[in-house]
Amino acid sequence: MLAWDILIRWSPGGLLPRPWEVVQGLTELAQKGLLFKYIVASLFRVTWGYVAAAVLAIPFGLMLGWHRRGELALNPLIQILRPISPLAWIPISILWFGVGDVAALFLIFMASFLPLTVTAMNAVKNILPTHLNAGRNFGLSPAQIVLKVIYPSVMPQLIAGLRITLGIAWLVVVAAEMIAVNSGLGFLIIDARNAGNRYDLVVAGMVMIGLIGLVLDLGMRRLEKLKSLRWGYASE
Amino acid sequence: MTPPSRTTARETKLRVQGVNKVFTRDGKSVNVLEDIDLEIRDGEFVCLLGPSGCGKSTLLNIVAGFTPPTSGQVYIDGEPVTGPDPRRIFVFQERGVFPWLTVEGNIGFGLFRLPPKEKARRIAHYVKLVGLSGFEQAYPAELSGGMKQRLEVARALAVNPDMLFLDEPFGALDSITRLLMRSELLRIWEAEKKTILFVTHDIEESVQLADRVVVMSARPAKIQRVVEIDIPHPRDISSPRYLKLRDGIFEEIGLAHKV
Amino acid sequence: MQLRRWEPTVLPLLTALAVLAVWEIGVRVSGTKVFPSPAEVGRGLEELLRKGLLWRYTADSLLRVGSGYLLAILVGIPLGLALGWYPLAARAANPLIQMLRPISPLAWIPVAIVLFGVGNESAVFLIFLASFFPILVSTMTGVRGVPPMFRLAGANFGLSIAALLRRVVFPAALPHMIVGLRIALGIAWLVVVAAEMIAVDSGLGYLVIDSRNAGKRYDLVIAGMILIGLIGLGLDIGMRRLERLKSVRWGFLND
Ligand SMILES: Nc1ncnc2c1ncn2[C@@H]1O[C@H](COP(=O)(O)OP(=O)(O)OP(=O)(O)O)[C@@H](O)[C@H]1O
Ligand SMILES: [Mg+2]
Repeated sequence: MLAWDILIRWSPGGLLPRPWEVVQGLTELAQKGLLFKYIVASLFRVTWGYVAAAVLAIPFGLMLGWHRRGELALNPLIQILRPISPLAWIPISILWFGVGDVAALFLIFMASFLPLTVTAMNAVKNILPTHLNAGRNFGLSPAQIVLKVIYPSVMPQLIAGLRITLGIAWLVVVAAEMIAVNSGLGFLIIDARNAGNRYDLVVAGMVMIGLIGLVLDLGMRRLEKLKSLRWGYASE
Repeated sequence: MTPPSRTTARETKLRVQGVNKVFTRDGKSVNVLEDIDLEIRDGEFVCLLGPSGCGKSTLLNIVAGFTPPTSGQVYIDGEPVTGPDPRRIFVFQERGVFPWLTVEGNIGFGLFRLPPKEKARRIAHYVKLVGLSGFEQAYPAELSGGMKQRLEVARALAVNPDMLFLDEPFGALDSITRLLMRSELLRIWEAEKKTILFVTHDIEESVQLADRVVVMSARPAKIQRVVEIDIPHPRDISSPRYLKLRDGIFEEIGLAHKV
Repeated sequence: MQLRRWEPTVLPLLTALAVLAVWEIGVRVSGTKVFPSPAEVGRGLEELLRKGLLWRYTADSLLRVGSGYLLAILVGIPLGLALGWYPLAARAANPLIQMLRPISPLAWIPVAIVLFGVGNESAVFLIFLASFFPILVSTMTGVRGVPPMFRLAGANFGLSIAALLRRVVFPAALPHMIVGLRIALGIAWLVVVAAEMIAVDSGLGYLVIDSRNAGKRYDLVIAGMILIGLIGLGLDIGMRRLERLKSVRWGFLND
C-alpha cells in the first residue's frame, strides 16, 4: 500500500489514482448503487454460463472418456476448438445473439465447456484399472461401479478442473463485458476510462475483480480440502 | 579369502559422545535418543540394529551432520561434526537418486571439482564396479529397484569418501536382490576400505554384514548391547558360530526365534 | 471392445465431414447473408494469404506472446526459486501475490494504456502479467514440494547454495513448473487475442474484431478464429513435448 502511494506520487502523468482515491471511488460507486448492480451482473453471467457448461460438459466428457470410439471421433475437433481464445468468439456471439446478456453468457459457456469436457474425459481415462477390477472382483453391479468406483475416482480431478475453469470464466467475463455489454465490472473499467479518464474507478473495479476472483478460488479450494477428496491431491 | 585385518589396532574414526535428541512437536517433547556413546574404528563395518521407530535414522542423521543433537557431540577424525561433508556420504533408500539425471549424471553429481577427463574416468570406473555397464544413459525410472540402489552407492563412492552412512538401503528390495546387494557391498567395502555405518532392522542382515552390531532399545533409544561378529568373510550362514550369534541377538531383543 | 485398424483415422475424418456438412447446410437453409459457408472461409484465408496479412498478423501475435512470456519466465522463475527457498520471504510477499493474482489480466488494460500508451508495449505488458503469476506460483510450489532428501543429498556433496538451487532444486521442481508454464502459455494466448482486440491494430485478435467492425467480413472473422485455434494447438503440443523429455518425465510417471 505504502509502496503504491509513493510510486504514484512520484510517477509522471498524474492519471493513476492513489489508494485513498480508490477507496473514495469505491464509496461513490456503492452510494450510486452501481457497485452492487455491476457485481451482481458479472456474477450472474459467470454463474449461468459456467453452470450450464458444467452440466453439459461433465456427462459428455465422462461418456467420451468411457467410450474409446467417441473419444477418437470427437477429440481432434475438441483439440482444435479448445485453443481458440473464447474472446475470438465475440464477433460471432454478437452476430448470433446481439449485444447483451446472452452474448456474454455464450462466451462464458464457450470458455468453460471444452476445458471441462477435456478434464472429465481425462479423469475417466485415468481411473486405475486395478480399482475397476477390484470393484468387479467384489461383485459390484455396473451401477454400483459407477457410484462406488468411478465417481469417487474422477472427483478430485474434476474439482481441480472446475477450479481452473472458473478462473478462466472470470477472466472471460471481464473481457466480454468490456466489449459486448454495458453493465458489469468489465464494463465499469472500460467505461470509467473512456468517459472521463476516471482512473480511480478503474482501479476500484480492478480491486473488486481481484477480490471476487480470490473468493471464487478460495471457495473451490475448500472443495478440494474435503476429506473424501484429499487423497487425490496428496501425492503432489 | 583373508578377513579384513581388523585385528591390527586401528584409530578411532568416529566418536559419538553423550548424544541426546529431543523432538518437540505440537508442544509435546519426545525423547528419542538418550545418552548415546559409540566408537567406530577406521575401516570398520558397524550395523545399527533396533526396532522400527526407535531412532536409528535420527542417530544416523546426527552423525552425518544433517540434524544437530539436542546435547552431546559427534567427532570424526577428532573434529566435531557441524554439517554435512563430502568426505562422508549418506546413502538414502533407493529414492535418493536424482530422477532427472542419467546413471552417468548421478554418479558424476559430486565430481564437479574434477577436470572432465578425470571425471569421465571415475564415472566409468564406478559404473563398472556396481555392474551398471550398458545403462550409462538410462534414467532411474528405467532401472529396477536393485539397480537404483547400486547407483546410489556408486554416486556415494565416486567422490571417494572415507565414510558411508547407509539407512536401511536394502529395505525396499526383494529378498534375492537383497542377498546379492549384501555381498556386493561387502566386496566394495573390502576393495575400497571405507568405514561403514549401516542402519537396519533385519537381524540376519546385521549378522551377515557387520564387524560389530550395535543393538538399540525401543524409544527412548539407548545402546542395549554391542555384539562382536568374529566370523571371517565370506560367512557361512549355517555355521554354529553364526547361528549362536544370531540367536543371541534375537534373545537380546526379546524375540523367540520361532514363526 | 477391439478397435478396428481403420477406425482411428476414419472416425475423426467422418466427424470433420459431418461438421462441415452441418455448417454448410445450416448456412444454406437459414439463407443467411452474413454468416459464411466453409468454402467462403477458405477463400477468406486465401485472401489473407494473398495480401500478406496472414503471416504478418500471425507473426505480430506470436511476437507479442513470445516477448511477454519470455519476460515472465525471466522474472518469474528466479523469483519463484528464491521465494520457494526462503519461506520467510514467501510469507512477506504472499499477501501481495494473492491480491494481484486473481485480477483478470484484461482488467489491467486501462492501466496498461496509461503506462505504455496504445501499442505493442501495452500488449506485451498484459501478456507478461497474465503469464507471470502462474509461472511464479508454480515455481514456488514446485520448490516447496522438493523432497528434503534431495536437498540433503545435494548438500552432502558439498554444493554451495547457488549450486544447490541450480543443480538440485531447479531440476527437481521442473516437472511441476512445466505444468505451470503450459497453463501460462495457454492464458497468454487467450490474453493476446483480447489485448489485440482492444489495445493495438495488428495481430490475429485485431483481424477478428476489425473484420467484423469494418464491413462485417465474417468469413475473415472465422478464418482468424481458425488460425487462433491452430496456433494455440501448436503451442500446447509443443509444451506437451517438453513434458515428455526424459529429464522431466519422471515427475509425471505415477507409479
Ligand atoms: N522431525 C521430527 N520431528 C518429530 N519427531 C520425529 C522427527 N523425526 C523423527 N521423529 C520421531 O523420532 C522417532 C524415531 O524416528 P527414526 O526415524 O529415527 O526411527 P527409525 O529407528 O529410523 O525407524 P525405522 O526403522 O522405522 O526407520 C520416531 O518416533 C519419530 O516419530
Ligand atoms: Mg529409519
